[in-house]
Amino acid sequence: MTRVSMTVNGKAVSAEAEGRTLLSSFLREGLGLTGTHVGCDTSQCGACVVHVDGKAVKSCTMLALEAERAEVRTIEGMANADGSLGIIQQAFQDHHGLQCGFCTPGMVMSAAALLAENPKPSEAEVRHYLEGNLCRCTGYHNIVKAVMAASGQDVSQLGVAAE
Amino acid sequence: MPKDGGPSNGGIGAATPRREDIRFLTGNGRYTDDINLRGQAHVYFLRSQVAHGRIKGIDTATAEAMPGVIRIFTGKDFEGVGGLPCGWQVTDRHGQPMQEPRHPVLAEGKVRHVGDPIAAVVAETEEQARDAAEAIDLDIEELPAVVDMKAALADGAPKVHDDLTSNLCYDWGFVEENKPAVDEAFAKAAHTVTLDLVNNRLVANPMEPRVAVGDYDPWNDSHTLYTTSQNPHVIRLLMGAFVLGIPEHKLRVVAPDVGGGFGSKIFHYAEEAFCTFAAKQLKRPVKWTSSRSEAFISDAHGRDHVTRMELALDADHNFTAIRTVTHANMGAYLSTFAPSVPTWLHGTLMAGNYRTPLIHVNVKAVFTNTVPVDAYRGAGRPEATFQLERIIDKAARELGVDPIELRRKNFIQPDQFPYQTPVAVVYDTGNYQATMDKLLEISDHAGFAARAEASKRRGKLRGFGIAHYIEACGIAPSNLVGQLGARAGLYESATVRVNATGSISVFTGSHSHGQGHETTFAQVVADMIGIDASQIDIVHGDTSNTPMGMGTYGSRSLAVGGSALVRATGKIIAKAKKIAAHLLEASEADIELKDGKFSVAGTDKSVDWAGVTLAAYVPHNYPLENLEPGLEETAFYDPSNFTYPAGAYGCEVELDPETGKVEIVGFAAADDFGNVVNPMIVEGQVHGGLAQGIGQALMENCAYDQNGQLLSGSFMDYTMPRADDLPAYRVDHSCATPCTHNPLGVKGCGEAGAIGSPPAVVNAVIDALHRGGFTHVSHIDMPLTPARVWAAMQR
Repeated sequence: MTRVSMTVNGKAVSAEAEGRTLLSSFLREGLGLTGTHVGCDTSQCGACVVHVDGKAVKSCTMLALEAERAEVRTIEGMANADGSLGIIQQAFQDHHGLQCGFCTPGMVMSAAALLAENPKPSEAEVRHYLEGNLCRCTGYHNIVKAVMAASGQDVSQLGVAAE
Repeated sequence: MPKDGGPSNGGIGAATPRREDIRFLTGNGRYTDDINLRGQAHVYFLRSQVAHGRIKGIDTATAEAMPGVIRIFTGKDFEGVGGLPCGWQVTDRHGQPMQEPRHPVLAEGKVRHVGDPIAAVVAETEEQARDAAEAIDLDIEELPAVVDMKAALADGAPKVHDDLTSNLCYDWGFVEENKPAVDEAFAKAAHTVTLDLVNNRLVANPMEPRVAVGDYDPWNDSHTLYTTSQNPHVIRLLMGAFVLGIPEHKLRVVAPDVGGGFGSKIFHYAEEAFCTFAAKQLKRPVKWTSSRSEAFISDAHGRDHVTRMELALDADHNFTAIRTVTHANMGAYLSTFAPSVPTWLHGTLMAGNYRTPLIHVNVKAVFTNTVPVDAYRGAGRPEATFQLERIIDKAARELGVDPIELRRKNFIQPDQFPYQTPVAVVYDTGNYQATMDKLLEISDHAGFAARAEASKRRGKLRGFGIAHYIEACGIAPSNLVGQLGARAGLYESATVRVNATGSISVFTGSHSHGQGHETTFAQVVADMIGIDASQIDIVHGDTSNTPMGMGTYGSRSLAVGGSALVRATGKIIAKAKKIAAHLLEASEADIELKDGKFSVAGTDKSVDWAGVTLAAYVPHNYPLENLEPGLEETAFYDPSNFTYPAGAYGCEVELDPETGKVEIVGFAAADDFGNVVNPMIVEGQVHGGLAQGIGQALMENCAYDQNGQLLSGSFMDYTMPRADDLPAYRVDHSCATPCTHNPLGVKGCGEAGAIGSPPAVVNAVIDALHRGGFTHVSHIDMPLTPARVWAAMQR
């Protein structure tokens, strides 16, 4: 076991980890931050996406030791300072972009990374960017709507017009 | 009861944002894997890597000496413990009960599918348990496996269960007495159409893998199981009564936030029984968290029907008879509700939306060396719909008529309800012409020809496919399902506990794993009493505080659970009126409740909701001689019929003739769900169902090789639909014919999307191929991958 130290959601933290401990397990079991979810074992589902030094990372593809001294942001760090929902979170609620909630943390973290790179993505760009995040409940329609709405775009016509 | 535009207090009809979203969006959800108990140990299941084999030896000596190992369990430790029970008994065509094999918690003597659990290693950590499992020395004599259903029924086929007479679980006929008349109708028919088709095996894959945490408390000799379940009371009953012999008052089952189910979390699984059992043996909590790979070989699969479908028509193109023979894969054991899916959830829906007078459905359920198969979103109804809606398209093509008109001609007409089908069920309401009209409008069917022309100019083939579905939801009248073989009642329950200051805690036997009960159920109560929905909390998922209920599946939550809630709230209002009458010194008959205020009709005398509730709990001025204090009521609701949601779905595809790749360029759904409590949530349910149906039609396939090895055992191999595989949807639920027999007039909306969409997609692809001149293609089995479509195009 090795002691690993990093900054998570602005707070300096440290905990013991084995060499094989994944960042996702470290966050969940080491730090008790259970908002980050694990939905697969092949890095396909994206439920575990967090930000490491500002980049979206599937935390099941990274060892905890690799995140030594990194700045990590998880879903627990996405609300506003007063505890209210951030813009992306609020858009997910407003547009029913979640059902069971299990993929949601990863979706929100990926969406945040997308909007940081591309503040006004098209529908196709949102769908393409989120292809590493599986959702089994929503059929993605309302997730796409939420992400576009969070970027300030009018989403009232999504799906209405025939191609 | 529903109001146009929706009420301002968040009542029925309002597109209220979901209250549960706050915790899910901030990382504060509490899923089963988020629960860690003090002193908990971890279990890892060593599973069979062969599909069929005889266990000759399990040497655990080395493994037991590994670091952190607490104990290793095998099948021997479960001698005297019950097997996992099957909750539905089907009687075959000859009056014989189905063959029902024992399903042990851990394998006894034989392994019967890849993933069958052989040993359970309990250790201090999950990693230590897994490390030790690798050190177990297994001696398994591999036996020939049966995978293909027809091969499994052949003479001399290896038997999955040595103590059964064959691999045939049952040979079911429905309606068996009609068989001669059906055959005669075929003999006399002007036209007959035949279609052989496969309803592909699927894996439900809710994003949250299954988890179980067992706990034992010696203080009062009681057990608690935390589990990823859609129906904690059912798990308590099945596991307590049939497997472990624990009476209900000593067993609590908690299903906290559950990350999707789609049917796969209805069933009682071995891991639940194991963790509960081991926790007592070891006097420590025992936790199991499934990996995704493990989920593929241990969660019940869905569908897997192979069918010959025949339709008979008269000279005027009226449907005169339907005859089907289906082989339905049960897998290696009978999962909890497996026998009901290809029978009562499938044969009874074979009339669809049509006036076909004679129907015979034959189902041969077969054991194979594969993972057990059970209900998956729609469960039997997608299979029935797929057969019907595919063969109607094929019939239209063979007869040279418009598939939409052929459907319209044979629809049960709006003035024919209630409609007795020849397959037992009676549809109470519907208007199929209306949903068809609505679909053609929202899919811009009129503009299709121009879009097809534009596609052609780009070298692409465009097609439009339609499907009309019906489903039986709100499962179900208990006395009826009891006659049909169900070993459970199918009522639902609600307790409404009004607190002294007027806030309300509702305890429901339904369970939400994404459907949003905490929001919609509160809307119903808010609407009835006229208080703000924020004053109402919905509690579900814990057998220790909710009344006995059967849980959530079969689109039954609002139709059955919501009806129980209306009844319980009705009792609350009736009692509150008595209290108000006393406080206002008026006759009970003169008390009116409006917007949370009780008033005496025709006067300005009134008392507000909180005034009444406080009086109920501080009964200083109270009619104690006639009325008990307190304000808490429970109701159980057992429906008198199923509900019958129906709708028309239209899929528009563009096909690349060079590669066979299909792109969905438009999908529209016009549903009749009866009344709607929260339109936003209803639309979300349809979207999700459509994605699963489109996934089945184009991408998903659970494949085994001939030795019973699972070829699609991870998200690398099993193609889950992703955001860029799917279109934006156009959905509508305005063609509402309210259910006639439940108080909310609701029908259920959870499964529709997955039922109606696969045939619409396949019909669209066949349409595109025919428009492109590939008229030799009459059918392609799902999933319609580019390889399959391209192969079909080759002459």
